[in-house]
Amino acid sequence: MRKVIHRKLSPNFLRLSLVFLLAFTTVLSAQEGDPAKGKSLFNANCAACHKLDKKMTGPALRNVEARLSEEEGLDRAWLYAWIRNSSGVIKSGDAYANKIYNEYGGAAMTAFPQLSDDDINNLLAYTAEEKQAPVEAAAPVGGAETSDNSGGISNEIILGALAILFILLAAGLYLVNKTLRRFANVQGIDLPEGPGKTPLWKAFVQNQFLMIVVAIFFLLSSAYFVYGYLSQIGVDQGYQPVQPIHYSHKIHAGDNGIDCKYCHSSARVSKHSGIPSLNVCMNCHKSIYEVSPETATEEYSKEFYDGEIKKLYAAAGWDDAEQKYTGEAQPVKWVRIHNLPDFAYFNHSQHVTVAGVECQTCHGPVEEMEVMYQHAPLTMGWCINCHRETDVNVKDNAYYTKIHEELSKKYGVENLTAAQMGGLECGKCHY
Amino acid sequence: MKSLIKILVLAVVLVSVSCNKSTAPNYQFMPNMYESAGYETYGEAAFPNGVEAQIPAEGSIPRGFVPFDIENSTAGYDLAKATLSNPLDSTKVDLNRGKELYDIYCGICHGNKGNGQGNLVKREKILGIPSYDDAGRAINAGSIYHTIYYGKNAMGSYANQLNEEERWQVVSYVLKLKADLEK
Ligand code: HEC
Ligand code: HEC
Ligand code: HEC
Ligand code: HEC
Ligand code: HEC
Ligand code: HEC
Ligand code: HEC
Repeated sequence: MRKVIHRKLSPNFLRLSLVFLLAFTTVLSAQEGDPAKGKSLFNANCAACHKLDKKMTGPALRNVEARLSEEEGLDRAWLYAWIRNSSGVIKSGDAYANKIYNEYGGAAMTAFPQLSDDDINNLLAYTAEEKQAPVEAAAPVGGAETSDNSGGISNEIILGALAILFILLAAGLYLVNKTLRRFANVQGIDLPEGPGKTPLWKAFVQNQFLMIVVAIFFLLSSAYFVYGYLSQIGVDQGYQPVQPIHYSHKIHAGDNGIDCKYCHSSARVSKHSGIPSLNVCMNCHKSIYEVSPETATEEYSKEFYDGEIKKLYAAAGWDDAEQKYTGEAQPVKWVRIHNLPDFAYFNHSQHVTVAGVECQTCHGPVEEMEVMYQHAPLTMGWCINCHRETDVNVKDNAYYTKIHEELSKKYGVENLTAAQMGGLECGKCHY
Repeated sequence: MKSLIKILVLAVVLVSVSCNKSTAPNYQFMPNMYESAGYETYGEAAFPNGVEAQIPAEGSIPRGFVPFDIENSTAGYDLAKATLSNPLDSTKVDLNRGKELYDIYCGICHGNKGNGQGNLVKREKILGIPSYDDAGRAINAGSIYHTIYYGKNAMGSYANQLNEEERWQVVSYVLKLKADLEK
């Protein structure tokens, strides 16, 4: 339903929001506290585990007070308590404290009972200071592991580079040898070639033992490569097709922090996560008709991004000048990336809602992907491994109270993995 | 020279194999076991418009559906504001679930506290988001439900992302945020 068209009123709104923003920033800077003193305290006590803008052992602390009060409704008193004795707060059963504690894999923060209220005010004033460098985008949301297997990749690159270097070296030696010989020939120098000596390769061929060893070596190594090749058939890890609209998860889910389920809303309740229909895009893009200059990168210009939004308008049948729908919609033909074979059954709501697994566990660092690709192999071994390792989330789930009791008696354990609950039965995944 | 070419070819093959991000899917072993004979979700299908995702036949309703008679207009909005009330009683209202849903769908614009300072507003992507305690709007359960169902001006409809019960949970949570803001 629409009464007024907002973009046409935007000067008013700009003014209004300026007032809002000013009011907001004054709230922020109205903290009593001396950032300079805070800085030295921070460097002395906290810098070991915290940075202002980067996650380390603990979370990034820039604007932590505003962030916590904004997102979690926690006030400064909570921060006093937390900084003086975080484990006390965790033990008291505070929900957010336990959440962040678990998010950081149970790394405990040191207690600082010696810090006075003033000290902490100074510290918070320091964390509330604006960043000096040119305005960088806010820290990425969602604590996804980024260091996943980058080590493996860089190792591979180094090994590959070494191999190529060796090949080049061998080729170089061979060439040098050849030209030298040619020189020698031209100058009429006789190269000493022992008449009685058999050439090396002939000696080699005649030595049967060596031949067998070499043959076995070649057979084994080619079997290794053939096996490797065969077992990656049908595995689409890394598949990254070109989509009809260059839609960037990095900009939406990363920089702007839009929740995955805002768009993939059926992940909560059904087998499929779903690709959002265009009316969901238009919830925002009625108002967002171009990207800001800061969004453009070297690789993708502002014109490129604006053109992509025009494509979205064309597909949704939205006339931006008139601010109304023309009715000539065109479905967007997104290329499907993750796709299990027909004989395997996978259900999102079981994993997302019941088990509480984060999207990033399976889909990788989506909030950093400019173009979406498949992060996990999606092989059976991958599913099974995780079922063996992951505990079932039985808390607050009445369905599990009885079965949990019986099964933990049967296996004699406290925490049940998905496998012990039957997650390895063929029929659960194959129909 | 010949061996040099061979070496180069080998090197090229090595490099191209080691870059595994590809724009084409991999080969499949026995594709007839992988590709469904039935229609796949979001796949192509032999319908007039060529897609599997069809709009339900006209007049069909999901189980447990309760019709919403109030229409999508200013008059409808006023009617909802005056007459509509929350069917969930206090035992069914679950503010934790309301918060969860609110943070997913609304917080990005309205802010998790409902003060109109969501992330998109702070980054100046979308402007003009009201705070729930805006006295001029004086929102109530009926008007919030109508706004979620049909949208209002620049705000779109959230009827397809939230089912009826979830919409009322969000309404209850918005009213709580409003009460907190007015404190
Ligand atoms: C030994 C490492 C360590 C030191 C030193 C440390 N912290 Fe922490 N801090 C952590 C960890 C780890 C967490 C995450 C929660 C957890 O695992 O307990 C955390 C969490 C926090 C949080 C909550 C942040 C959020 O986003 O919720 C605040 C605030 C905080 N620390 C402030 C401080 C201050 C101020 C100091 C210096 C006086 C400090 N920390 C020193 C490790 C440390
Ligand atoms: C603003 C809407 C939006 C948000 C927010 C969003 N996505 Fe997406 N997502 C899309 C669209 C549109 C596509 C299809 C285009 C593509 O593949 O890039 C997609 C595709 C995907 C795919 C690949 C689907 C396939 O074809 O296999 C995955 C996986 C995915 N998203 C996960 C996520 C995760 C995880 C998050 C949260 C970090 C997220 N998305 C947030 C809109 C969104
Ligand atoms: C919750 C709000 C929201 C939703 C929903 C949303 N977008 Fe965006 N979109 C944004 C913002 C914010 C930007 C960045 C604007 C800027 O940087 O100035 C953006 C930028 C873009 C861009 C240009 C940058 C890029 O990613 O290439 C495209 C194209 C785009 N959106 C497409 C889509 C599509 C397609 C959908 C639906 C699947 C969608 N958006 C849904 C908020 C949204
Ligand atoms: C346990 C691992 C796992 C988790 C957690 C998970 N996914 Fe998936 N996702 C998959 C698999 C496996 C597929 C392929 C499904 C198929 O082909 O039937 C998939 C497919 C998708 C698709 C493609 C379309 C579809 O629905 O089949 C999207 C989009 C998607 N996931 C988004 C998400 C989002 C958003 C989340 C978090 C709310 C999430 N996924 C959580 C494993 C996971
Ligand atoms: C990140 C870990 C993880 C991955 C990866 C994963 N699962 Fe699961 N899965 C779980 C957990 C945890 C449960 C238990 C959920 C519950 O509480 O019912 C589960 C449950 C299931 C169930 C229901 C089992 C039962 O006993 O009812 C099925 C079916 C299933 N998964 C299929 C799959 C398939 C197919 C894949 C691979 C494409 C997969 N899962 C990958 C963690 C995972
Ligand atoms: C957790 C879910 C899960 C369970 C349990 C499971 N599978 Fe699978 N299985 C899969 C998935 C997913 C694939 C597809 C792998 C792929 O595409 O590479 C698969 C593939 C297979 C294949 C290979 C088909 C091919 O073309 O590569 C066989 C055979 C198979 N499963 C047999 C079994 C048997 C036998 C059991 C019981 C002991 C079993 N599976 C239990 C998820 C499961
Ligand atoms: C894309 C940004 C955006 C999102 C997401 C969003 N809104 Fe709004 N909302 C707006 C805008 C813009 C207005 C102002 C509309 C107007 O001009 O009256 C508004 C207005 C409202 C109002 C006041 C309407 C009145 O009666 O005047 C309510 C209540 C409201 N939204 C609730 C919600 C709820 C609940 C959600 C989550 C389901 C939500 N909004 C999600 C942008 C958004």
